Amino acid sequence: MSGLWPWAAIALLGAYHGLDPSMGWLFAVALGLQENSRRRVITALFPIALGHFISIGVVVLVAVEVMSRSIGLLRPLGAGALILFGVFRLLRPRAHPRWVAMRVGAFDLILWSFLMATAHGAGLMLLPILIRLPSAAPMPAMVHHGHVMPAVAGGALGVIESLAVVVLHTGAMFTTMGIVAIVVYRWIGLQILRSAWINLDAIWAGALIGAGVLCLMV
Amino acid sequence: MALWKTDQTFYPSPRMAMQGPPEKLAFVATFNPTPQNGKPDAMCVLDVDPASPTYASVVGRVAMPGVGDELHHFGWNACSAALCPYAPHPHVERRYLIVPGLRSSRIHIIDTKPDPRSPQVVKVIEPAEIASRAGYSRVHTIHCGPDAIYASAMGSPSGGGPGGLFLLDHESFDVLGQWEVERGPQYLGYDFWWHLGYDVAMTSEWGTPDMFENGLSLERLVKGEYGHRLHMWDLRRRRHLQEIDLGAEHQMALELRPAHDPTKAYGFVCTVISTKDLSAGIWVWRRVEGNGKWEARKIIEIAAEPADPDLLPPPLKQFKAVPPLVPEIALSLDDRFLYVSCWGTGELRQYDVSDPLKPRLTGSVRLGGIAAHAPHPKGGALNGGPQMLEISRDGRRVYITNSLYSAIDAQFYPEGVRGWVAKVDVNPAGGMALDPNFFIPFEHERAHQIRLEGGDASSDSFCYP
Repeated sequence: MSGLWPWAAIALLGAYHGLDPSMGWLFAVALGLQENSRRRVITALFPIALGHFISIGVVVLVAVEVMSRSIGLLRPLGAGALILFGVFRLLRPRAHPRWVAMRVGAFDLILWSFLMATAHGAGLMLLPILIRLPSAAPMPAMVHHGHVMPAVAGGALGVIESLAVVVLHTGAMFTTMGIVAIVVYRWIGLQILRSAWINLDAIWAGALIGAGVLCLMV
Repeated sequence: MALWKTDQTFYPSPRMAMQGPPEKLAFVATFNPTPQNGKPDAMCVLDVDPASPTYASVVGRVAMPGVGDELHHFGWNACSAALCPYAPHPHVERRYLIVPGLRSSRIHIIDTKPDPRSPQVVKVIEPAEIASRAGYSRVHTIHCGPDAIYASAMGSPSGGGPGGLFLLDHESFDVLGQWEVERGPQYLGYDFWWHLGYDVAMTSEWGTPDMFENGLSLERLVKGEYGHRLHMWDLRRRRHLQEIDLGAEHQMALELRPAHDPTKAYGFVCTVISTKDLSAGIWVWRRVEGNGKWEARKIIEIAAEPADPDLLPPPLKQFKAVPPLVPEIALSLDDRFLYVSCWGTGELRQYDVSDPLKPRLTGSVRLGGIAAHAPHPKGGALNGGPQMLEISRDGRRVYITNSLYSAIDAQFYPEGVRGWVAKVDVNPAGGMALDPNFFIPFEHERAHQIRLEGGDASSDSFCYP
């Protein structure tokens, strides 16, 4: 079981970003409404997901690089990054890239989504989970018995595993975002922006800080 | 200061905004035309709830800290544009009024909470900050944008040009700097707004401060030196795209009213006076399908009305006519009715502009006027004429004030404009009638722009149709 929960957490975080209107589905719906085209809603989702994929991918890549040098280093670095970023989000909860453009092509959407995901700290949030992934984490049994063998007790994520993290996260994000976008565009309408858009800024900032602390503890 | 839920005065689309509740309070900027007496301008709060015992009266007031600001236009810190998909911040509150002095260049930040009936000045941005960070002076229009508060300025600190736009941070209210990256041939400034769905902004032209602060110059007017062009801009890259010249005889191209529906690429602008025949013009600009260029054409011409020269102020006696002088137009949120202020002849007109190229005159109300002094049942004979307009979100009510600008008031109404606020009720099918019970006179001060609690038809812009 302990092998499964990090993967579930990675997917759940992806789904959470998919639900967040400022991460993409709302932009897709807006473009569809502007051009009166359901097709436009759907075609916008792909570059948005790609931008998110790249933002997450960069964080995972850096984490793997740090891990390959020293697994011990990722904890303080990751924790520091998360806590500092969390404090920044707490102080400036609505800081976001300045962007004023509705006439956007695929490249614009990739860039926009990359900036939004990065400014949100979407990839950073994965750090405590990356540390806990089976190949990265020390084998608990070994530690208990005091026979810590460096080769087994934590190593960098492999290429396949790293890719799986990013694909799973973005896949969950894309699926959720796609369902919400279509449901809002076709059935619910944008009235929902007035009733269901809860301010999670402070909670998200707190979660980043909490994840930083978790990095040090796990 | 952030809210837990989306600010309930933000609406994704103009259609949804029209279904919002009717306003109960209004804010009106009043200025003291004789600042030598040391009395400051004020922001007044009006009770506009017909069920209230204090209906149609001033129920709150906050004086400005300085004297001689000449409060003019103003706007909100945040509005429905906060829901735009690319930079959403739905939990910012619509709370602060951003109130510039057109003469002083001071910007006052007025907090309307917790008690909107007793607003407070919480911050003043000094002209030196605007001059050093943006290079501008004489602040005019304020619009809450998707990413910042946008402001227009009439010119440079020395009173010349160019006029242009600058940005304020929508949380700290710091001046962020000049907006234009490439202004091209644009030099004169006045109003601005945008088509959010097309990433296009537009600006209009009046004159530099030295062309109006001592009143309009007839000589310059006759020469066609006041503004007569529209400028279309790339809102994203902040670059000048295209100049549309309406013709030098159409002097002073002022209020810009783009369609509220972001999928529509057209809007309306008024020109105050024609040097050929004293008429006023209403124009439509629209995007040409195919090449994406913009064009404008005149759709309404309002003629001057003959009058006894004895009733006319010196600049008009020779013409034996009153020019309509249209400084203000307003468009209902459904883009259906355009209201036109004829400040000279004292008339408010309503046009059905469902087809923007084929407007139909659907209503007229007479109030004040240079020669007519048309009365209000509660106020007797009036002077000044319909000037600033504000349409309620639902489109059922239009509020009117009667002062244009102190130095220009004195040229056309030399006896001194007596300030007032009036209101008309609108028939949703077309037509309008004066509300005989709504008349708020002002003694020794004049009312200019009105804003309605929770937003109105010129405060918000929308990213969704």
